[in-house]
This record gives sequence, C-alpha cells and structure tokens, in this order.
Amino acid sequence: MSTAIFSAIESGFIYAIMALGVYLSFRILDFPDLTVDGSFVTGAAVAAVLIVNGTNPFLASAVALLVGFVAGSVTGILHTKGKINPLLSGILMMIALYSINLRIMGRSNVPLLQQDTVMTAMTEAWQKAGLDEAINGIFSFSGFVPRTWAIFVTMALVAIVIKLLLDQLLKTEIGLALRATGDNKQMVSSFSANTDWLTIFGLGLSNALVAFSGALVAQYGGFSDVGMGIGMIVIGLASVIIGEALFGARTIARATLAVIGGAIVYRIILALALRVKFLETGDVKLITAVIVMIALIVPNMIAAQKEKRRKKRKAQERGEHVASA
Amino acid sequence: MLLALKQVTKVFNEGTIDEKVALRSINLTLAPGDFVTIIGSNGAGKSTMMNIISGRLFPDTGSVWINGKDVTSLREHERARYIGRVFQDPLAGTAPNMTIEENLALAYNRTKRRTLKFGVTKKRRDFFREALATLHLGLENRLTAKVGLLSGGERQALSLLMATFTKPDLLLLDEHTAALDPARAELVTELTKEIVEKYKLTTLMVTHNMEQALRLGNRLIMMDQGQIIFEASGNEKQSLTVERLLQEFQRIRGSQFASDRAVLG
Ligand SMILES: Nc1ncnc2c1ncn2[C@@H]1O[C@H](COP(=O)(O)OP(=O)(O)O)[C@@H](O)[C@H]1O
Ligand SMILES: [Mg+2]
Repeated sequence: MSTAIFSAIESGFIYAIMALGVYLSFRILDFPDLTVDGSFVTGAAVAAVLIVNGTNPFLASAVALLVGFVAGSVTGILHTKGKINPLLSGILMMIALYSINLRIMGRSNVPLLQQDTVMTAMTEAWQKAGLDEAINGIFSFSGFVPRTWAIFVTMALVAIVIKLLLDQLLKTEIGLALRATGDNKQMVSSFSANTDWLTIFGLGLSNALVAFSGALVAQYGGFSDVGMGIGMIVIGLASVIIGEALFGARTIARATLAVIGGAIVYRIILALALRVKFLETGDVKLITAVIVMIALIVPNMIAAQKEKRRKKRKAQERGEHVASA
Repeated sequence: MLLALKQVTKVFNEGTIDEKVALRSINLTLAPGDFVTIIGSNGAGKSTMMNIISGRLFPDTGSVWINGKDVTSLREHERARYIGRVFQDPLAGTAPNMTIEENLALAYNRTKRRTLKFGVTKKRRDFFREALATLHLGLENRLTAKVGLLSGGERQALSLLMATFTKPDLLLLDEHTAALDPARAELVTELTKEIVEKYKLTTLMVTHNMEQALRLGNRLIMMDQGQIIFEASGNEKQSLTVERLLQEFQRIRGSQFASDRAVLG
C-alpha cells in the first residue's frame, strides 16, 4: 500500500512538470492548447531515441525540452499568423505530431530498460553517496523502505525549481505582458506588446515543459510509446483544477504550487481507484475523465449551496424584522 | 505636424447590403499641443477614426502620419510607442487579474523594450505610488490589489494614468467618461484636464457631452456620416455655445442633431 502511494507521489512530481505547462497555456494565456497530447510523446520519443543511440540522458532530456518548444511555437504560429482558432490549431498540431513521433521513433515503442537514464544515473549516484541509508534511517520508525529515494527527491526538486523559475518569469516585464495577453489581449497591444509573439513564445514554453515531462516519464517507465500521450491534456487539466480547488490560486506562486499538489493528488486518487476490484488498467482514462468531471462540478455545486443558504438566511433575517416590526 | 490624416476612407462590409461608409475622405492635422474635442451623432465615424489612428483598423485608402512619418502600415503595437489610449469601456484598458502595480508596470514599458528584468522594482513602485497619488483616490495604498476589484471610476482613472504617465506623443480618448455615473465622470474629466495640461499632451477626445467639448481643448470638430462637417478653434471656439453648435448642425445638415446619448450641457 505505502509503496503504491510512494510511487504515486514520485510520478506525481514528474507529471507536475507537464501540468505546469498546461497551467501556462490554459490559465495564463487563456489558450486551450491540445498540442499537449502530441508534444508529451514528442518529448518521450526524442529522449528515448537519443538515449538508445548513446546520448547522455541529461542532454537527451534537454533536447526533448527544446523540441517541445518548437512544437508549441508552431501551434502558436498556426493561431496567430494562420488565423486558425485556438482549439483547432492545437488539434492539428496534435495529429501532425502523432506521425512525427512515429517517424522519430521509427516504430511505435522504444524500450529503455537496459539503458542509462536520468533515473538510473540518479539512483546510482545516491547509492554511492549512501544517501538512501541516511534517509531510511530518519524514516525507520515508519517501517517503510522504498527501493530508492533518489528519484522521489530529485524529481521533487526538479518540479519545484521549474515552479520557482516560472513564478519568477511571470514577474518579469515579458512575463507581465504574457499574463496580460491572457487577461486582456486588446489592452496589451495598446501598450506596445506584440501579442502574436507572446502567444507563440508562451505556447512554446508550455510545450517545452510538457515534452520535458514526457522525456522524464519515458525514462521513469522504461519506454516511449506512441500512444502514451492520449488524454494527457485531460490529466494536465485534472491536476490544475484539483490543485486550484484544494490549495487555492490567489497568487501565481500559490497557483503553481497548487498545480504540483494537484498532479500528486491526481496520481494518488488514480492509484487508490485502481485498487478497487472491478476497475482495470484500461479504465484509467475513464477514471481520469470522471475525476475531472467531479473536480469541475463539485466546487460549483458547493458554491451554489452556500449561496442558497446565504439567501435563505438573509430572507429569514428580513422576515424576522418584518415580524418584529 | 504631430498627426495627419490624409484622405482617409473606411468602408465596412463593402459590396454587401450592409455596406457602411464609416469615413469619407477625412483630412485632419494636429499641431503639437493641440487638444481637440470631437462631437458627432451616433455612427458618425468617431470611433472608427480613433481606431484607424491607433492602428486597430486600417484605412481602405488614405494615409496616417505621426511626427511626419507615414505609419499607415504599422500595426497597433508598433504605433503604441507614440500613442496613449483610453476606451469607453472601463474594463477595456486594464488587466483585471493583475494587480495595480503590475498593470502600471505593463504600461510603463509602452516605450521601452520588454526584458527579463522584474517588472515591479522598488524604484518603480515608488514612482507608481507617486503617480497614483495624483489621482486622489487612495489607490497608492492598494498597489497589490487586483484591478478587477476596483470600481468603474477607479479603473477608468487608472486607465487614464496608465495611458499618460509615460507621456505619449498623442493621447486618444474615446468617450472615456460615458460609462461612468455623473460624479465619477466629472472626476475623470477633471483628471484628464490636469494631466493633459501638466504634460502638454496632444490630445484627441471624443465626447458625447457638448458642454464638455466646449469647455475643454483649443479646437473642436463635429462629425456626421463619416465626414468632418464643422471645425472651430481659438477665439471662435471660445465664443461657441451649445445652441450655436446645434444651429450649425441644422444649417449644414438640414436636420436635427440626433444622438440618444448627447448631453447638451
Ligand atoms: N466593425 C464594424 N463592422 C461593420 N460596421 C461597423 C463596424 N464598426 C463600425 N461600423 C459602422 O460604422 C459606422 C461608424 O461607427 P463608429 O465609428 O463606431 O461611430 P461613432 O463612434 O461615431 O458612434 C456606424 O454606422 C457603425 O455601425
Ligand atoms: Mg463611438
């Protein structure tokens, strides 16, 4: 049980990087970008093929990030220069990437099991340094010993560093213009900012994070598969929505932290759901869709309930006034 | 000349039954420091003219010149280096989910290239606070409040500040007090007058309030059906009255001045 939760959190940190990308497009740019399903796999495919061909896994992951940036930029160009509507721009790019991903991999699945990856490199380094023993010592009271802490800790650090960088970026002059583009596009142009360029840059950045996450997921799971991105956008949205509902989004720093939290909570819910007897691995997408539906509907229902109760209370107060008058 | 419109024509939905000639061969020049008020019936083409000057719309024929440079083909964000703008809708000029200081920082970069330096620094925050204090609305104490929380009047005053505190060559105001209640409208009008005088801004102001159009500025133009039908400046403008304006309109057009929103003062 605790092993399942442990890996849920571990992978939650990796998927959180993708969710931060989705946060950037959906929330900051107000652009419902469906490129994600394709660019996630592009990241995985690029990293996997490079690693199989002997490239250093860290370098391979960085290249995946850059290729993701290009993919996102193309979606941005389709929308701003090609005047194609946002949803369609993303869908077109997603479909195009499916074939491109197959081309990159040369087949539908590239296994990474015997390869040196970011994950194996970190695990080895930790073992050499004896860090696992140290941490297990601290947590000895819990009686829980994972196979390694290396991935858990490094992925948590990577996700948090990316979150902090994103927070800082969104406070810069360019970052403010990026946010305003999603908030009031017309106004941004009247203050000399090129919203076309900002949209292209923002979508590039968003998909860079998505592809980077894909590269890490491939190395974590030990393979890249052409179908591994199906429904990724929904998982990203689930993380954003769950995170915002549970942890709030009053400031940017708060919202990005919430997105990481949301990604982890989503993984935990999924792990728990899969322990229910009649649910199987094939049901994952259905479970995801249901989680998002609940996350979207429940907060509204709660708010409506509160409003109703408030109105009722007000009416009663008024009624009592009338009665006593 | 600071601004020149040469033979500007704009037709909407050309060749359809909805064809509408919004501007007919408009010629207009502004000298530096001119403060021109614009009045005219609904649909006269006032907003279309403002949009063509700012680059939000492009003319079908004719050209737009700023500071002796032909800017006709420049897009809105490129022309914005020269232009500050306030719209009728108080929601149009600010970003609601960003704070007051972030909005000001965005506006601060109108004339400067945006970089990866922080938009709000300590030095700039002091400058913003000082600028906000001139609005007398207490906004200088609410730098980190989201702009979406402000009232319409506060937002419009902030929009005015954002459009002007970087001293644009040309200020465009399109009925920027029309959506406010009379007290707030008066306040924003007063602020406009103060700011334009302080920075000696060359200004084009569309207003539906004739009395205001007479009281403010050194020139007045009246538009109707896509044309400038009447102009007055200097002493002639000083001696104008609302009645005279209405008479002029009737004399030129042979019909009553029609504007459901016109305030005759
Ligand atoms: N985008 C547009 N498409 C079609 N017709 C338009 C458009 N914008 C303005 N018009 C028409 O052009 C004319 C001038 O409009 P406008 O410049 O907004 O007038 P004003 O600001 O003087 O009230 C009006 O008849 C209006 O209906
Ligand atoms: Mg108008």
